[in-house]
Amino acid sequence: MHLVYPAVLAALLFSVGVYGVLARRNVVLVLMSVELMLNAVNLNLVAFDAWLRDSLHAGQALTLFTITVAAAEIGLGLAIVLLVFRTRGTADIDRLTALGDPNEDAPESAPEAAVQNDRAVA
Amino acid sequence: MSLLAAAGSLDPAARSFLSPTGVEIVFLLVGLAVLGSAVISVTTRQLVHAALWLVVALGGLAIEFLLLTAEFVAWVQVLIYLGSVVVLVLFGLMLTKAPIGRSPDANSGNRWVALGVALAAAGTLVTLVVDAFRTSWVDLGAGGGSTRVTGEYLFRYWVLPFEALSVLLLAALVGAIVLSRTGKGRVPKPRAGKLRAGKPVGTNGRAASATTARPTASTPPVQES
Repeated sequence: MHLVYPAVLAALLFSVGVYGVLARRNVVLVLMSVELMLNAVNLNLVAFDAWLRDSLHAGQALTLFTITVAAAEIGLGLAIVLLVFRTRGTADIDRLTALGDPNEDAPESAPEAAVQNDRAVA
Repeated sequence: MSLLAAAGSLDPAARSFLSPTGVEIVFLLVGLAVLGSAVISVTTRQLVHAALWLVVALGGLAIEFLLLTAEFVAWVQVLIYLGSVVVLVLFGLMLTKAPIGRSPDANSGNRWVALGVALAAAGTLVTLVVDAFRTSWVDLGAGGGSTRVTGEYLFRYWVLPFEALSVLLLAALVGAIVLSRTGKGRVPKPRAGKLRAGKPVGTNGRAASATTARPTASTPPVQES
């Protein structure tokens, strides 16, 4: 198999993940896009492991480690998201502006409760 | 270090792209399916459908791992990603009260900037990768990633990272539990001598046996200490 096929597929998948991270508003969807990017890296690792055939099998071992770390990451990430949702009442990234610059305007479509909550914190 | 020696062929192979092998054709078709479902997953406005399209993308990637002779990694992918990560994502969507139908504000305002960045990244990476690995050829031998081989290299050369990873998983588990506990809603400490629903409370959790305490209101709970 040409090495170009998995490498190009991984590059495109990574770019799709970049688009999802930057363009999505819901935090859970951002985490899903992060998973896509991690999987692109996994594909690269497996392909280069099959290409180089080193006796340590570093590519496949690191793929297993990446998958495990991704599982830990999604568990912790969802716990943090649920905590934020419980205290703020929203899971949208651009409404969590408590640490942002107070001179910039809050998004106009934010609900009243979230805006008041932000002001009370700030 | 003979361990780090790479046995693969680094020489340019004189293979044409115009006569693909069967594995390459299958890889391309599955790759198209993976890319399409990933694009739908990051662009759809129905949030639950996005998680379900992610299942298609990750399952297709498991097939790609199989085609690259990494069998064990493929099954781990199916077990962990399809089995637990997507279920966790679905739980997260439902617990954050994601709208079931089509939500108009699924994308933030900077989606065109995001599209530009993604296209620039894709162009750069694909150009670089094609230029670098245009002539590289992967010799796919069977059994390169079977369970036996995986067990041998994992527990012969990678034992210490493996154990460190188990500690990391434990830390993540404890952290997730601590984070998701609510401070309120703590169970109140049971007080001795109070009757609740006819059962004696305060005997240190031991249920009163039928011979010592009958569930009558006049009988005091027996303290066995």
